[in-house]
Parts: sequence; C-alpha cells; structure tokens
Amino acid sequence: MTTPESVGRAAHEVRKLLNLVVRQPERLPELSLPDLDLTLRAARRARLLGHLGYRLRDQGSTNQLPQVALDQLHGGMAMADARARLASWELDRIAWAMSSGRQVPLVVMKGCAYLFLRLPNAPGRLFADVDLMVAENDLHYVEEVLEDMGWESAELTPYDDNYYRRWTHELPPLTHVEREVEIDLHHNILPRTARLKPSGERILAQSHRLPDSRYAVPCDEDIVLHAMVHLMFDSDLADKLRDLVDIADLLDHFAGADAAFWDRLVLRASELDLRRPAYYSLRYASRLLDTDYPERIAGEIRRWAPPWIVVRIMDRLVPRALYPQHPDLPSRATELARLLLYVRSHWLRMPPWLLAYHLSVKFLRKNLRLA
Amino acid sequence: MTANSTGAARVGDLSEQHFGQRLHDGIGVQIGPFAARIVVRSERIVESLYRLYRDYALLPDDTVFSFHVRLDERRGVPGLRAPRVRFSVDGRAPHEDMPAEQALAVLEWGINLVIALRSHAFLMLHSAIAEFRGHAMLLPAAPGAGKTTLCAGLSLSGWRLFSDEFGLMRPGTPDMLPVPRPLALKNESISVIRGFSANANLGPEIPGTRKGTVAHLRPPGDSILRSEDAAPVRWLVFPEWRPDTPCALIELPKQEGFMHLATNAFNYELLGESGYNAVATLIGTASCHRFVYSDLNEAVALLTDFANDDT
Repeated sequence: MTTPESVGRAAHEVRKLLNLVVRQPERLPELSLPDLDLTLRAARRARLLGHLGYRLRDQGSTNQLPQVALDQLHGGMAMADARARLASWELDRIAWAMSSGRQVPLVVMKGCAYLFLRLPNAPGRLFADVDLMVAENDLHYVEEVLEDMGWESAELTPYDDNYYRRWTHELPPLTHVEREVEIDLHHNILPRTARLKPSGERILAQSHRLPDSRYAVPCDEDIVLHAMVHLMFDSDLADKLRDLVDIADLLDHFAGADAAFWDRLVLRASELDLRRPAYYSLRYASRLLDTDYPERIAGEIRRWAPPWIVVRIMDRLVPRALYPQHPDLPSRATELARLLLYVRSHWLRMPPWLLAYHLSVKFLRKNLRLA
Repeated sequence: MTANSTGAARVGDLSEQHFGQRLHDGIGVQIGPFAARIVVRSERIVESLYRLYRDYALLPDDTVFSFHVRLDERRGVPGLRAPRVRFSVDGRAPHEDMPAEQALAVLEWGINLVIALRSHAFLMLHSAIAEFRGHAMLLPAAPGAGKTTLCAGLSLSGWRLFSDEFGLMRPGTPDMLPVPRPLALKNESISVIRGFSANANLGPEIPGTRKGTVAHLRPPGDSILRSEDAAPVRWLVFPEWRPDTPCALIELPKQEGFMHLATNAFNYELLGESGYNAVATLIGTASCHRFVYSDLNEAVALLTDFANDDT
C-alpha cells in the first residue's frame, strides 16, 4: 500500500543510494540486488549511468557486478560517447564554417569545454546541446555565417523569436539541416533581464584559445561559475543532481591541482555578480556531496547568503528537487517543491512586469490559441 | 542474472489465477539477456499473457532488472470516454494512452520499444533471426518486408527462433543472442500462419491498431528454454515479400550486404567504432543473399534445403 510514510521512505532510500554511489562508485557491487536495481533506475533518471560506468571502470571494479547491471552501465556509457561524438562533429563543422572570414573569438561552454579540456567529469556525461559564446557584437555575424552554411534557426512564433533576441542571452537554437544537434549561441551566461548581471565581456576577456583549435575556453573559475549559475539560478533543479555532480567534480579537480583556486573563485564570483549562485552551489555540494572548501573562504561565502528564512526554505526544497523521484512511489511534496523552484527560476530571470506579460502570452496561447 | 537453468520455475508452473495476481503485483521474467519486471493492471489480457508467456523462466523479486514496465487500465465513462491503457517504464509513459482493447499489443510493442531505446550494451540489428544446426540466419529488413512471417514459418518448421525483431550481439563477440518474444503477426499473415501449421498457438486478434489487425504467436517452448545458447551467423538473407513471384535466393555482393545491414540497425551509428567492427566481422564470416518470396511454404522449404546443403 502506498502511504505517506512509504513514499517518504522511498525518497529517502533513493537519496541514500545515489549519494553513496556518486561519492563512492566502487561500492556499487556491495549493494544488495534490490538496492542495486533501484540505484540503476534512479541513476538512469538522473542521467548518471554513463558517469557511474566510467568511474567504476577506472577503478576496475566492474567485474563484480551482475551482467544485467553491467549491461546497463555499458549502455549508458555508449549513449554518452555517442552524444559527445555528435557534439564534437558539430564543433568540427562549425569551425570549418567559420574558418574563412572574420576570425571572431568562439568560446565553447559547459559540456564542450569539459570535453576539450578532458576534465574528469567529461567521460560518461550525457550531452544535451552545443553551447557557444561570442561577443555580443559578433552574434549577428556568426548567425549569418552559420545560416549561409546550412544551419537553420528554430521555427518560432514571432513572439518567441523576439523574446529570445530582445530579452535573453542567446539566439533561438540553430540546427544544421542534415543533423540534429542544437547549437545555442550565447553572448552571456544569463538573460539580459536577470536579477544578476554578469558581464559576458569579462568572461570572454579571460577566455583562452586552445592549442591547434579554432576554439577558446573560459578560464577555470568561469567554467565552474557557469555550471553554478546554470544550476542554482537558471533552472528548476528537477532531476539535476548530475549538474551538482559536475560542480563537485570540477571543484575537486581545479582546487586539487592548486589550492589558490578557491581564492580566485571567490574573487571572480564577486567580479561577475554571481555570489548568490556560488553560495548555494557550495552549500549543497558540501552538504550533499561532501565537497570540502577551506575555512579561510568560508567566512566570505557566508556573507553571500540570503536571509536565513530563505536558506531554510531552500534547504527543504533543493534536495527534494535535485534527486530523482522513486520511480514507483513518486511524492507530491517533491512535485510541489519543483513547482516552487520553477516559479523561482522565472522570478529570477526577469522583472515582474515582464514575467507577467510573458506568462500571460503563454497562457493565452495555450488556452485561446492566440498570439 | 545468468542463472537460468532448464530447471528454473516457469510461468506455466503457476496457476492462471496465481499468475494474474503476480502480474498485478509485478512479475519477473527472463527474456533472452534481459531481466524484465512487468506489472499489468488490466484483467482482460491475463489469460492471453498466461498462454503466450507459458515457457518463460520466472525471476525472483531480488533481481537486477533490465527494465520495469507497467500497463494500467483506466476505466472509461459509458457514452463519454472509452477505457484506455497506459504503458509506462520506470514511472514514465513514453507515448499517449491507447484504447484498452489493444492492451496486449501495447504491452508487447512497449517492451520492444524499451529494449530498442536502452540496450546499447548490444549491437541491435533490425532483423529476424533463426538458427539451424547451430548456425544463425539473419533476416534483416525494414518493417513490411515480411520478416516476422518468414521467421514464424521457420520457427514452426524445426528452426530455433532467436527473434523476429532484434539481431542482438555484444560488440567484440561473434555470436548472436536469442531474444525470443511473442511474434506480432499482422493482417494477412495471421491466416497465413494459421494455415501454415496446426501447431501455431496464437493470441487473440486485435483489430484497429496502428499496424492493422495483430495477433501474437507464442514462441516455441524450445526456443525459450534454450535462450542462453548463442550462435554464430552463417547466412545473411535480406527477405522481400513480393506477390506472385517465385521463390529465389540470389547471392549478394558483401559490400551491399554491409550497407543493407548497417542501415537496418537500431543503434549502429550510436555504437560508432564498435558497431562498425561488429558488422564488419559479421559480414566477413557470413554469406550474403537477397531472397524474394511470395508463398511461405515454398520459402521455408527453400531456405531449409539451402541451410541443409550448406552445413
């Protein structure tokens, strides 16, 4: 029988299992068969199957798993590899299309940057789309070149197209006629209308060209801050545990190589007006995934916190939203938490008058088939 | 889970009533290399499933499953809304609800869909496959080319059924893996198979599906009992059903066979290099043929004679 208690226990069980295997993937083979089954189902929903597969393979502990479990991990790895291959090919084609004409800087962001820099979170990571950043002045030029070379802008209603161009930090997604990968062309990491105002120019200024490549990558701090702002400011957090794992892996990697990374990160978060998302990211990475940051920056980060009541509410909502639901026993409370965080993400993305206008257009279109 | 000796308990060892109860609560069955957990909350298909799944080995609850699928029937409102069924996997519905009369077909297609979308540890060719004297014959074709009918005919004539849909192999190994499933016969094929063999055990005819009328043929018991026995491919035969045409088996250049095979796969491109290597190995060892047929009796006789002479 489904009772509130059994739903609560199920949610707790999913979190406990995912926490264990994300932090210590080598312990996956120790799980009982039903726990292993539930872990794999939850990891699939959280898009972490390929990630776990690669971690386990690196540690050489895959041969202790039942064949059916191994097959699922291998499937997740193959899927992630395939998406990364598609993204790499798309980047290759974009580089080709942009090889003549003006040599505008092209900065790869997110998954593409992880891939090019061979960061530890790249293997097994499921790609969504290709994220590129260019200077705002170059945006139009890059769009024109790509459209000349066979990419097409998503077919949108005039309202949506205008919405993208006027209010956001990116163009409507571009897709090549022969392929399916979507390219998001950005000039910043947050919409123009967002409460926080990071400077796209500063991010570009600190980016550096990769050797033997048409592309540049952001500096290490900006790679991490972009992941942080994307998760904690610009999303509803639903099933986004993978994004927090990215952040934890990146911090571990950069700070592990150079402890002064922490100080640079703190400084950069202030420069780019990203203190609040950095605060939340560090809070939940340390609470949920055991990320350690040094005492000397803890005091500074505490000053970035919102009023304590907001922190208390976020502490209730965020873990609920991040972890996938138990596939057989979903919880209504979690759905509500996700709805609230969805509203929050819109609230942060635009001022109230624009939000009201935007939502009413969406509402009218959905219900009256207008606009 | 690989432990699945012939002594394992099977669906047919349960009473129909007990089976129905287990379906309601969730039942584990081994389908080739896949461990399936199936929940069915629709009384109307229990009897058919009991018949079609008679020979499948049962799995205990504490198993790592390849997938958890579920079929729920939602009651209708007389005069307003017809009853519908919802197929879901891990709590999510991959497509809209379907008319409840199609429940069996929806479940069977749903399981195929989940296998096709997830099983990237395997190379999945879009192919029927049957075994003769330890050698597998791949029959790859697009839907509508008659591969299910041909495969049903072979499996009712002494060949061992591997699958009417999935040519499954682990990249890096040469053997095909059986995934015996009920065969979904469509439209005219249903009466063709009824006429072909008195041993054909068919589920109910389901009219009005997106593929017309469908009836499921129970896989021969032997093919399920031996579903762990893999076999290497000896023959690649691309079938084409063409009305009023005499049966003919024509040798095909290997490079053409390669292209046909690679373009008739669920995940050849997704697997990249390992998919290429697997198909290359397969083409290297098997002979390639094009096969045109119209009459099933003739077709089965010709392929059986051919296989007989070639082993």
